[in-house]
Amino acid sequence: MWRFIGSRLLQAIPVLFIVIALTFFLVRFAPGGPFSTEKAVVPEVKRALEAQYHLDQPLLVQFGSYLSDLARGDFGPSFKYPGRSVNELIAAGIPATAELGFYALIVAVVLGMTAGIVAALSPNTWRDYLPMSSAMIGICMPTFLLGPLLVLIFGLWLEWTPVSGWGEVPGDKILPSLTLGAAYAAYVARLTRSGLLEVLSQDYIRTARAKGLPNFIIVFKHALRGSLIPVVAFLGPAFAGLLSGSFVVETIFQVPGLGRFFVQAAFNRDYTLILGSTVFFAVLIVVFNLLSDVLAAWLNPRLRSGLGDRS
Amino acid sequence: MNITTSEVYERGTSLWQDAWIRLRKNKMAVAGGITLIVITLLCVLVPFLSPYDYEQQDLLLGASAPSTQHWLGTDVFGRDLLTRILFGGRISLLVGVIATSVALIIGVTWGAIAGYAGGRVDAFMMRFVDIVYALPFMIFVVLLMVIFGRNLFLLFLVIGAVEWLTMARIVRSQVQSLKQLEFIEAAISLGLSSWTIIRRHLIPNAIGPVIVYTTLTIPSVMLLEAFISFLGLGIQPPQSSWGSLIADGVETMEEFPWLLIFPGLALSVTLFALNFLGDGLRDALDVRGAKD
Amino acid sequence: MISIRTLLLISLVILTACSGGERRVPQGIKDGILHIGNGTEPQGVDPHTTTGIPEHRIQQALFEGLVGQDPKTLEPIPGVAERWDVSPDGRTYRFYLRHNAKWSNGDSLTAEDFRWTWWRGLQPALGNEYAYMMYPVKNAEAYATGKLTDFSQVGVRVVDPYTLEIELNAPTPYFMQLLDHQSMYPLPRKIIEKFGSPTDRFSLWTRPENIVSNGPFKLTEWKLYKRVTVEKNPYYWDAANVKLNGIVFYPTENTVTEERLFRSQQLHVTSSIPLDKISRYRQERPDELRINPYLGSYYLLINTTRPGLNDARVRRALAMAIDRESLIKNVLSNVNFPAYTLTPPGTGGYQPPTLLKFDPEGARKLLAEAGYPNGKGLPNVEILYNTNEAHRKIAVAIQQMWKANLNIDTTMLNQEWKVYLDNRDTLNYSVARAAWIGDYLDPDTFLNMFITGGGNNDTGWSNAEYDDLILRKIPAMKTHEERMAGFYQAETILLQEMPIIPIYIYSTKYLIHPSVKGMPANLLDHYLFKQVSLEPDT
Repeated sequence: MWRFIGSRLLQAIPVLFIVIALTFFLVRFAPGGPFSTEKAVVPEVKRALEAQYHLDQPLLVQFGSYLSDLARGDFGPSFKYPGRSVNELIAAGIPATAELGFYALIVAVVLGMTAGIVAALSPNTWRDYLPMSSAMIGICMPTFLLGPLLVLIFGLWLEWTPVSGWGEVPGDKILPSLTLGAAYAAYVARLTRSGLLEVLSQDYIRTARAKGLPNFIIVFKHALRGSLIPVVAFLGPAFAGLLSGSFVVETIFQVPGLGRFFVQAAFNRDYTLILGSTVFFAVLIVVFNLLSDVLAAWLNPRLRSGLGDRS
Repeated sequence: MNITTSEVYERGTSLWQDAWIRLRKNKMAVAGGITLIVITLLCVLVPFLSPYDYEQQDLLLGASAPSTQHWLGTDVFGRDLLTRILFGGRISLLVGVIATSVALIIGVTWGAIAGYAGGRVDAFMMRFVDIVYALPFMIFVVLLMVIFGRNLFLLFLVIGAVEWLTMARIVRSQVQSLKQLEFIEAAISLGLSSWTIIRRHLIPNAIGPVIVYTTLTIPSVMLLEAFISFLGLGIQPPQSSWGSLIADGVETMEEFPWLLIFPGLALSVTLFALNFLGDGLRDALDVRGAKD
Repeated sequence: MISIRTLLLISLVILTACSGGERRVPQGIKDGILHIGNGTEPQGVDPHTTTGIPEHRIQQALFEGLVGQDPKTLEPIPGVAERWDVSPDGRTYRFYLRHNAKWSNGDSLTAEDFRWTWWRGLQPALGNEYAYMMYPVKNAEAYATGKLTDFSQVGVRVVDPYTLEIELNAPTPYFMQLLDHQSMYPLPRKIIEKFGSPTDRFSLWTRPENIVSNGPFKLTEWKLYKRVTVEKNPYYWDAANVKLNGIVFYPTENTVTEERLFRSQQLHVTSSIPLDKISRYRQERPDELRINPYLGSYYLLINTTRPGLNDARVRRALAMAIDRESLIKNVLSNVNFPAYTLTPPGTGGYQPPTLLKFDPEGARKLLAEAGYPNGKGLPNVEILYNTNEAHRKIAVAIQQMWKANLNIDTTMLNQEWKVYLDNRDTLNYSVARAAWIGDYLDPDTFLNMFITGGGNNDTGWSNAEYDDLILRKIPAMKTHEERMAGFYQAETILLQEMPIIPIYIYSTKYLIHPSVKGMPANLLDHYLFKQVSLEPDT
């Protein structure tokens, strides 16, 4: 196991290098630079600006000095925000994005598992159909539709929740977390239901039933644990998706998070900020993909032994 | 050798036939399929069905609520919303089908090969996925637009090129775990070619999660289309798509809620139908036959 | 199960709590704190390295120039300078600084501070995009472009600690306005040098814990992506007359969200208002809606190097076929003013020529004269715009008008902002939307754009007579009437040649709570925060 993790971490180095190199050169070739504005900048001023940020040096030299700064953990200064370092801008965005992702995960687990358990306890009744079709709605409603609809209903018509913001007014974190968590909740619900149904049909559960144990003890003490494996396997990579995919939700609700700033950096051609956030996300992706692979490898033998038990 | 392959082939065919019979028994899946067909037909035939043109403006009318003349109301330019939704459906369905197919084909092939080959090939292929996944998508789109100009085909390619990554990961992990099962080992010992094993055994067995993920891909593909159009690569006004109609509707959802609700409904109903059809397909194709 | 129930309960409590929660507006009225929507996250507050409007608003609260502008009339009012003299030839200004002017750390503010600040603003290495605002000062341009290295030759002279003399290249009637521009505000030399070289853009001197300023407010908090807070500066010379205790600026990129914040009593003033909301406010809360002309023009650029469009008759036909009244009424919620000239009428007392009008008949005739009867044979026209809801609506409407009135088919092309700028700059378009916000109240700020090869010309258009007027004849003119006649002549040429098609005159449109007093609207969207107060409804 440790060898596996070690080799994957070694592989991460060329991956990150290629990502950095490709991004570095891609952004330079995109039309429009960080200093193009509607009011044309006087040529002398433009040259001075480029000199300040060393854009007048040959590309390869720039790339080299970027790499050596990066090795020291320095992402460089932002072009769009003079006096701000990219490290600072990213650090300022992390709390909101991480918090949003965490709440969304809670929403996904709490809502999803409740719905899944209720459904699995009485399959093919209205108590099954109702949560399962709500889960279906969660899947069918993309974030960019669900978010505004929730705002329209709860924020504007019912006036139960604030319409936007993050940590400004009490309750303003509810809608963003719900919106981001909904699709994942729907998946958790379906995974829980099918997992639980499968476990409940197994011999040891029947034995427990025969012993006359109350239903909820059977479910919570014996069955649930076994049915959680696919849910856990799903949540690993989902969390990386939650972090990097929160851009839409951050925009709808004005959450001061990373996703939104990443996109704006691209609009502004803020080279160092684009690169910095790309590296940051690349590390996240590598780490979470590795985690999910480790988890899968770890769960796999169990799954097989579980299959063996059943037959 | 010849006999073996044809036997496999025979079994394969009956599998699909079985699946079709099982699918037809699933009422929800059939309803989903019919809904999809009806929506598609409406979108294709809208020029013959609607008395309005999708770009014909009536500035004096402006945005009006649903009425007998305009069943779903009109947008801020006084254009008939129903007509625009149906015309938009053409783009959205096309994006949904083509881009998702692109993602499906690349992702499934890539994932299956990586998972089956294992070792260095696998590591190399999956690290490639990591790299593409980490690149800043927006810059990528802007560059493509500058290099190739603007066209719809490119739009589909770009979207497909982004969406296949997760698919590849899912298929790979499925294939990896399937590879260790007895029947694959048996197929290998029978001397079937790797390609045949991937095509005949691994992909059909991994199809459940693939279908589930495909149904999730379609809405995200439609969202991407709206975003890419925003960047200038996709469709241009006065054309519309469901994604762009919803994006417009969001802006004015308090004044003219119908501009958000009806396009949203069109999208949701389509995805709902697609999900039921997908679930039905998955159950019907479940070769392990765990379900009824 | 219990935990789920508790969770539901907690969320219910939160839900009910938030409906009756604290609103910033009434709280702000109580505490004397103004909450204002400010568009985007400010790039920074250093006036020499930032250019945007949100940044400018904050700088207006933090700094004060030699003179200010009356928020109603835009006439110069005393700032750091108590009074001033102008020499008879209009080229030398002498400012007498008040002795009680201080920095927010209690240090005195002297003439030398201004000299040093302007020296910094003109440093070629700094890359100050607004350096050109100082160009009317003698030798400033030569110094900023590196042609002159001796700053003592630039027309700024410290006579004594409280007297500053400025010499101009030529009499510049709008020079007093320029002094209230952010790039002319005094900056604290000691602090800037403490945190690095004066020409270093990457400096920590503007952080709340470091910055020192001379305006009615001082920076106390700057939470990235959340808010910028300023508090009353006790060392400000006129602190007794500053009514607010503080201002909080919020980054509100999304105007739809901003309007909702206003409606839920979280903002006293917004930076804008979505077009679709205007009619509702007109009907229901007209006292909260403010729409006022703004010194800006919205127009279409025409690439005069393209076949077809290289004919002035075609360009004029396109201009005459646009029904601006209908466009503004039906598409722009009636908030803008139709423009038939580039320079908004009344800019610094200027009345532009009336040459252009909506005339589909005449337009068709002109088009036929140019060899394209009924639009036949005209090469494809494509309207380029940067992705934005309002631009799109305007382009869609113009597309329809050209189709209906001239029978020409146009296509539309939206592009991401920087790509759009790049294509505009390289003349890779046929027709493109554009806009210009004037820097000062004088026709020059609009008309000097279209000199041959001007950085903002972007049309490929060139006219020797026009260049001569703008660059040589008008600067040499002595009287106001003469200058205005000169601009009239220049604009006449522009309208006959029509390298650009004026569409509308900008307006500022935003929401303002009735409790906010002393914040009148003006052409430059200029605020004088020291006069603003919050008064509870009576």
